[in-house]
Amino acid sequence: MSFHLILFLAFGAVCVAGAINLLTQRHPINSALSLITVMGALAGEYLLLGAEFVAAVQVIVYAGAIMVLFVFVIMLLNAGEEEQTRGSRIALILGVPGMLAGGVLVAWVVLRHSGTEAVPIGALPGSPQDIAQLLFHDFLLPFEVTSVLILIAIMGAVVLASAPEAAPGKGK
Amino acid sequence: MNPTLNLWLIPLLPLAGAAINGFLGKKSSRKAVTTIALFFSGAAFVWALWVALRFSSLELPYHEFLAHWIRITGFSADFALYLDQLSLVMLLVVTGVGFLIHIYSVGYMWDDPSYYRFFSYLNLFMFFMLTLVLADNYLLMFIGWEGVGLASYLLIGFWFTKDSAASAGKKAFLVNRIGDFGFLIALFLLIKHFGSLNFVQVFQSVAPMSAETAGAGLLTTVGILLMVGACGKSAQIPLYVWLPDAMEGPTPVSALIHAATMVTAGLYMVSRSHLIFERAPTALMVVAIIGTLTAFFVATIGIAQTDIKKVLAYSTISQLGYMFMACGVGAFSAGIFHLMTHAFFKGLLFLGAGSVIHAVGGEQDMRKMGGLKSYIPWTFLTMGIATLAIAGIPPLAGFWSKDEILWKAYQVSPVYWAIGVITAFITSFYMFRLLYMTFFGDYRGAPADAHGSHSDKHGHDAHGHGEPHESPMVMLVPLLILAVLSLVAGFVGWGNHFEHFLAPVFGTGEPAAEAASGATEYLLMGVSVLVAFAGWWLAYLLYYKCDDLPQKIADSLGGFYQTVVHKYYVDELYAALFVKPLVDGSTRILWQDVDRKIIDATVNDSADAARHVSDEVRQMQSGNIRSYAAWIAAGAAVVIAFMIWMWTKG
Amino acid sequence: MVPLSYYLLLSAFLFSCGVVGFLIKRNIITIFMSIELMLNGVNLSFVAFAAHWHALAGQVFVFFVMVVAAAEAAVGLAIIIAVYRTRETLNVDQVNLLKL
Repeated sequence: MSFHLILFLAFGAVCVAGAINLLTQRHPINSALSLITVMGALAGEYLLLGAEFVAAVQVIVYAGAIMVLFVFVIMLLNAGEEEQTRGSRIALILGVPGMLAGGVLVAWVVLRHSGTEAVPIGALPGSPQDIAQLLFHDFLLPFEVTSVLILIAIMGAVVLASAPEAAPGKGK
Repeated sequence: MNPTLNLWLIPLLPLAGAAINGFLGKKSSRKAVTTIALFFSGAAFVWALWVALRFSSLELPYHEFLAHWIRITGFSADFALYLDQLSLVMLLVVTGVGFLIHIYSVGYMWDDPSYYRFFSYLNLFMFFMLTLVLADNYLLMFIGWEGVGLASYLLIGFWFTKDSAASAGKKAFLVNRIGDFGFLIALFLLIKHFGSLNFVQVFQSVAPMSAETAGAGLLTTVGILLMVGACGKSAQIPLYVWLPDAMEGPTPVSALIHAATMVTAGLYMVSRSHLIFERAPTALMVVAIIGTLTAFFVATIGIAQTDIKKVLAYSTISQLGYMFMACGVGAFSAGIFHLMTHAFFKGLLFLGAGSVIHAVGGEQDMRKMGGLKSYIPWTFLTMGIATLAIAGIPPLAGFWSKDEILWKAYQVSPVYWAIGVITAFITSFYMFRLLYMTFFGDYRGAPADAHGSHSDKHGHDAHGHGEPHESPMVMLVPLLILAVLSLVAGFVGWGNHFEHFLAPVFGTGEPAAEAASGATEYLLMGVSVLVAFAGWWLAYLLYYKCDDLPQKIADSLGGFYQTVVHKYYVDELYAALFVKPLVDGSTRILWQDVDRKIIDATVNDSADAARHVSDEVRQMQSGNIRSYAAWIAAGAAVVIAFMIWMWTKG
Repeated sequence: MVPLSYYLLLSAFLFSCGVVGFLIKRNIITIFMSIELMLNGVNLSFVAFAAHWHALAGQVFVFFVMVVAAAEAAVGLAIIIAVYRTRETLNVDQVNLLKL
């Protein structure tokens, strides 16, 4: 029972609890907060794997920016508790058991075939310098494309969320 | 080698007339239409005369090649024309009588609104008939054969807005078709065995073959099938039922097509194929039996008819029976001789009947006529001559031709002769009955101002009929010409001239028998004359002297008389045996089952199925985002499972 | 020493939770958050494999995934705001005008 395993299980438990809480909570703000905890625990997992850069980015970008955005929107729209309407029976019938089955299947396969290769703690080699090297040399094109993507996303978000015109059809 | 006679002009001139009148006639004046129609049919007649004048200088038979038609391995047929004595006789009869009837029709159809259409069809008929007569192979003849059937349909149903006329046209065409089926099978057999339909080639191949005395063989089959075709076209038993109904057409049509020319096409075809028939005694016997039976059977129907045109129709069928009887006993030239004389006097009878109908304002029932000889003397004179001719009273034409047939029939079997003589008696009787009922006694017709609803039947709408009046000159002149021909045409039979004229075609088939029994011949001639006068006397008795006798006789015969009046219920029999099952079968099986339940159902059901399937599938598009997500998740799960399965396999 | 499979199991579990949440939740924002959960699970899987095979490219790819997730979240939330403005509801079952 190495310390590595204990830490992994701890962080893992927090992830699992957060995920299940996200599903069971009725108010979206509670779900948002659970998601933040999941992301935090995941950052810990990344650290265990030796991906410091990713862990840092996870906390800063994901938990710190995206989730904040989510919380802002929830507060803006004053989302209340969910109603209990029965929308889609298909979702319940097909989706939940299906996914459970899928999950069990995946788990079984993974466990059967992966053997006992272990990942030592902090296994990931690179420093941020190496990551930068990869990012700006080998993956330069995707990097630039994602910049354009973010630009477009900003413009799109601004357009979509802006207030509608005051008097439609007037003054054309 | 022969100089070219440009025979092709003879059929094509009327075709040009038909085309011009057909396309331009609607907007043209009556005068223009008349000029075109008469010019082209007259030109054909003049050309035929010119050919006849050049005839003796020709080397016969005369061939004229026009164009290639079918050239495949094993078979070829061309557009080519053929002239020999037989063709010449037919040519002159068709163009001559045709031209006279064109002239007559100018007067008869003058008031009809579809004047131009009539002449277009009439010219079209001439074209097809001339093609038939001048063809040098069976295939081209078949085109003419079918074409005259078409023209007959168009002309019988000329007043197509009348139901009975349209049905009569249909009936004629359909019954003809049945005969044509037999004709076609015969042609196929000829192609199979002789590789050609060309007259010269076929007959050259047939000539060395021996007679099939053992019964059924190729030539017998071909002969019987050809006879089936002839039965359809020339209205013999069992396919004669269309001709009485064809009287729905205008009277000139009845005269031209159903007396003088189209119905003789069957006879022409049988005569042309005489080499085949002479080598198939069974087929020849079939021809003779059908002809004789038809002649007798139909004559008995004619006795009881009251419509003047129907009497003449049955008379035509009966006389055609005589002609086929002649062919059946091997006397082909006698048959053609009777064809020629019959064209004259029967054409005259029909045209005269048309004149009578015109005179009494559309009435066709003889019981409403009578005493017309003082009103329409010229018509009476010409019809009287024609009646004498058809009854076989010497020295008119009918006597010579009919007697020739009876004499030749006697030489083969006295039974044919006996039935022929009895039929001659009946013929004479009903023809004189017609004459007495129509022209003698008192006028039994409706009073002056009752035009009746029949006025539009022959296009004489605008007449104000006071009393019965004579026809105009344009109708009378053809009557007179035909009357003269009926008087003198018989004399070509004197001394067997006609037979010798046709000998190169038919072979001098008449052996020593003709020279031998000269005395018997005169005896039989005397019997025929006696019988003709007997029929006249009986008609005189029943329809002139003692007017009430016919009714008493009819009453005493009761049911049998009714059967005869209703034409022995043959039409009803055919309707029950053939027409009704066909129509029922078509309705129940083909329409309701095949058409509605299978074909319509296939189309409708496939459309329904598509709709049902799409109805089911569109449930997926519920607009509900979560169900979309669920389907996506399910699909993704399936794909992942499949990938895992592939992974574990490998 | 934690076996690789444990990381993968955790990743799979997070992913499944995301899918289930996507299917059963009725609030649009919560559905979006389930999508983010799915992406996180996948990220974990990437990093785990990168560590296992000593391939740095796995990390770089995680970086890209996060960028895309950010863009997507931004635009998606803008859309949700627009939808809320017109439909006055955050219940996804009531956004069903595309029903056939």
